[in-house]
Amino acid sequence: MTKPASTTQHDHLSRTPSGIEVPITVTPEMAGEAALGAPGQFPFTRGIFENGYRGRLWTIRQYSGFGTAESTNERYRFLLDRGQTGLSVALDLPTQCGYDPDDEMAMSEIGKVGVSLSTLAEAEILFDQIDLSKISTSFTINGTAAIIYAMYLAVADKKGVPRAQLTGTIQNDILKEYVARGTWIFPVRPSMRLIADSVLYANEQTPRFNPISIAGAHVRDAGCTAAEEMAYTLANGLAYVDEFKRRGGDIDHFAKRLSFFFYVHMDLFEEVAKFRAGRRMWAKMLSERYGVSDEKALQFRFGVVCGGSSLTAAQPMNNVVRVGIETMAAVMGGAQSIFTCAFDEAYQIPTENSAEIALRTQQIVAQESGVARTVDPLGGSYYVEWLTDQMEEMIGTIMDEVDAYGGVVKAIEDGYLQAKIAERAKERKEATDSGARPVVGVNVGTRDKSESDRGEMFSQDPETVKQVLEKHKRTMERRDQAAVDKALAALGAAAATDTENVMPHLVDCCHAYATVGEMVATLKKEWGEFQEPIRF
Amino acid sequence: MTLEKKRILIAKPGLDGHDVGAKVIALALRDAGAEVIYTGLRRSPEQIVRIAVDEDVDMLGLSILSGSHKELATSIIARLREEDAGDIKVFVGGTIPEEDFEALRAEGVSGIFTSEMTIESVIAEVDSQLS
Repeated sequence: MTKPASTTQHDHLSRTPSGIEVPITVTPEMAGEAALGAPGQFPFTRGIFENGYRGRLWTIRQYSGFGTAESTNERYRFLLDRGQTGLSVALDLPTQCGYDPDDEMAMSEIGKVGVSLSTLAEAEILFDQIDLSKISTSFTINGTAAIIYAMYLAVADKKGVPRAQLTGTIQNDILKEYVARGTWIFPVRPSMRLIADSVLYANEQTPRFNPISIAGAHVRDAGCTAAEEMAYTLANGLAYVDEFKRRGGDIDHFAKRLSFFFYVHMDLFEEVAKFRAGRRMWAKMLSERYGVSDEKALQFRFGVVCGGSSLTAAQPMNNVVRVGIETMAAVMGGAQSIFTCAFDEAYQIPTENSAEIALRTQQIVAQESGVARTVDPLGGSYYVEWLTDQMEEMIGTIMDEVDAYGGVVKAIEDGYLQAKIAERAKERKEATDSGARPVVGVNVGTRDKSESDRGEMFSQDPETVKQVLEKHKRTMERRDQAAVDKALAALGAAAATDTENVMPHLVDCCHAYATVGEMVATLKKEWGEFQEPIRF
Repeated sequence: MTLEKKRILIAKPGLDGHDVGAKVIALALRDAGAEVIYTGLRRSPEQIVRIAVDEDVDMLGLSILSGSHKELATSIIARLREEDAGDIKVFVGGTIPEEDFEALRAEGVSGIFTSEMTIESVIAEVDSQLS
């Protein structure tokens, strides 16, 4: 049976990375008679759509953004031209953490890991010549998600695109930021309020837009197992559901627009089983605990990223193969959108060449492999059905542990989950060092580095910082300061109440060209800042 | 291990929130006998230098994965010298491209660690530099 991953995860021949002991042969009896249901039917083990990918292929959505709004806009138009079907905006750290480019904390990070987006003026450039009524846009943004969403609405308003036509996703999942990745700003409870404000507002203003993507990806990439990734994500999902309900949201309505986001690493069947189990558990929990009956509201929709910490800087071309296998796992697990990392992402921002290979990988899986022909092609496999049951059990056990601790919010405020993940990361690193966890090019099939390994190097425009600062200054000079002051004052007043939704005020601030830093500072004044629990 | 009684500060300068490497190394150094202090995320060079001086550490490990290692290491080393604490050995860990190693060493960085290195080799390197 299952054992905790800490003692077992590295016996790779007989156990999955989550620690499930796998027999050489799984018999039909072991695969059981679990109530699978048909594809498109409760509990959706076999997928949320009756016709799988025949009705609609997954969205090919490559995470991209760097430097100035101009350079990122150019890359977007390149990717759309090459067949990408949705945009995914990478923002730089100052924008993610709520600092303007001219803030001392921002200086060294401007445009480094994403595009700098400090005011509406930059957003207008970013989406220049892109039809927002047709292209869906996803933003990996959390601490400042409500602000960036407001900015997107303001851009659409200025372009004359009706808000109701907007499609896309903001990540807007702050709980996991406290556990991994760390772009938190406010304490946990006001952050939950801000998320509820944005989700409830979005339900009303942009009914086709996903205002939250509850993400396990970052804790996974930080070191935890596939089972833990799903368990913590489902636990966070339930915490959000409770918050939205408390704020008066109608679960049959808002649950339809909840989405999820995960990593796909290399253990193909465990990944497929993770998605099948998670989909089934979510539908069952919403139905049993909250009495949700609307089929659409029970459907677990998710995007994935293939690559991340499963990629290696050593012999990087091997990553093309890894991402190919992970894409197969994502498709056989029933993902709604896929981002494939480029082979050079372990050490740099992808070049146009490596970004194109990543995109082509998805097209090869979609068009050549035939894997999208029938819905849930692995359904009924003795191994996969058995493993799906095993994963469900393990995920449930981990969720019970978090409950026993006092719930996910408490576990995060205390630093309990953070400490757990750090321990996991250390185990994983030790297993890689010792060779117990085989990684080709790192501890198997190693050789000296050669010059040709890395391929083309990405080079960032050295003028980026200067350009961003100059543009920022120009925007500040041109805007109507009285309008900015008025909008910020109204935002502060709304934030000081417990009940008024701050979203309309954030949209007003964006229209007035208030900066991300100004909006964050205004909210910080009312809500304070998160104090990180240091526990290891 | 000679890391016993050694005081080590592990710091996250700048806005980068990827703290797994910092925590893994902090845990490993602690297991090797050192007294380890971890700053937590988003510290300014000023704050880091203040903690390093106040805590009288032997070594300062900077974890940087956002590509800002040159700017941040340079600023921190300069401030340490201003505070008369230039004897604190500074190590940098994270996604550091090899072509930047030389420049970092020229700035006064004593060791550079990437995720490709084993924990054991990192500890051995710290051990040899601090003894």
